Amino acid sequence: MCLAVPGKILEIEYKDENLKMGKVSFGGIVKEVCLDLVPEAKTGDYVLVHVGFALNTIDEEEANKLLETLEEIFIAEEEFISKKSNNINLKS
Amino acid sequence: MKFLDEYRNYKYIFALTKKIDQMVTSPLSIMEICGGQTHTILKYDLESLLPDKVSLIHGPGCPVCVTPVELIDKAIELALNPEVILTSFGDMLRVPGSEGDLLLAKANGGNVKIVYSPLEAVNLAKENPEKKIVFFAIGFETTVPAIARSVILAKNNGIKNYYLLCANMLVPPAIEALLANNQSKIRGILAAGHVCTVMGLEEYEQIAEKYQVPIVATGFEPLDIITGISMVVEMISKNINTVQNEYSRAIRKEGNQNAKKLIFEVFQRVDREWRGIGTIPKSGLHLNDKYSDYDAEKIFEFRSLPKGKKEGLCIAGEILQGFRKPNECVAFGNECKPEHPLGAPMVSSEGACAAYFRYKFKQARSFT
Ligand code: SF4
Repeated sequence: MCLAVPGKILEIEYKDENLKMGKVSFGGIVKEVCLDLVPEAKTGDYVLVHVGFALNTIDEEEANKLLETLEEIFIAEEEFISKKSNNINLKS
Repeated sequence: MKFLDEYRNYKYIFALTKKIDQMVTSPLSIMEICGGQTHTILKYDLESLLPDKVSLIHGPGCPVCVTPVELIDKAIELALNPEVILTSFGDMLRVPGSEGDLLLAKANGGNVKIVYSPLEAVNLAKENPEKKIVFFAIGFETTVPAIARSVILAKNNGIKNYYLLCANMLVPPAIEALLANNQSKIRGILAAGHVCTVMGLEEYEQIAEKYQVPIVATGFEPLDIITGISMVVEMISKNINTVQNEYSRAIRKEGNQNAKKLIFEVFQRVDREWRGIGTIPKSGLHLNDKYSDYDAEKIFEFRSLPKGKKEGLCIAGEILQGFRKPNECVAFGNECKPEHPLGAPMVSSEGACAAYFRYKFKQARSFT
């Protein structure tokens, strides 16, 4: 029920009583979405969409930060494992 | 798809599960609050990747599952009223009330329309001025801004035949109720990312402090969930009881201020009954006095229904509080299946029982 899907804003248009709407692409499928909750959103931004409303813009910098941290954890784990297997090799 | 595919990368998932394995020294239980997260956990069988010492408890975060029977009965009654078109998200149609469900009401001539967004219900009101359009307003903080916006849209456009049957709920009071319960063994919490996208993290900071429990606001993809678990486990191992944000690409600390303003323009906090759990103080949202003209419960008269329908074999209350798992229910997969659900958690795709049936039960059967 609380599912929200990321999509890219293709076009912004204002409807009656200044309802900010837009066309949002979800991997090629385009839907009309209310952008009223994200006044800062511009064409080209990614937004998280739930029941026809964009809940927030997606922060690409923050997204990259997490992926960088994960890459560091991945490298550290690889090193940890190779050290462990080296130790085993030395002992044997 | 961008912002989805990156979070299904098993290279990182395996690195994190190894890290978790190194950090965990004694058995601990972590609760994921949201049904969407439960669904991901079952779909990708994430529990099997975690060390045996870590168990996941599935929380009450499925609005379809916790909507009280009384309101479902009212929705059914409205659907059967010839003046009314009842609009609802599709998930609600199969949820059992005390006498049948909305699908049955529709088969019996009731006027039920499934909508994807509350804005569609407002449009329907505009197009059918001779009818009264009631939107069955379910959902947590994630969904409420859209519902609030629909009421304001109706007001600004002078649409007077649009009403809400309010069943909206707030997540933090339910988390508190679970943590306050002595039976609770919850050592860490994955908070629901989309609820926090709207509301921010402040309320969770208070809970972490009061109950001395680490909380990580977490997204919905497999990598998000495993990252969230790794962050919680690290906080437990260091005895840190604060809030961290795994889903920072969508959650700002203060939430979405526009959305929050909109919610409290239209709604006020009220006590609300959670199906199977009981009444939780200040855990619901109801239209405030300024918008009471849009309140279906004030506009329509309801026949009094016999209260307290027995749930029979269904142990949904215990499932929703994380005391038992779906496969511990005797009706699971027997009398209760998605085609004929006995309880709400078997209806919604995010209900724990439906997720177990779809993924776990199928796996188990395919091995036999
Ligand atoms: S399996 Fe069915 S009967 Fe059992 S708790 Fe879940 S919904 Fe209720």
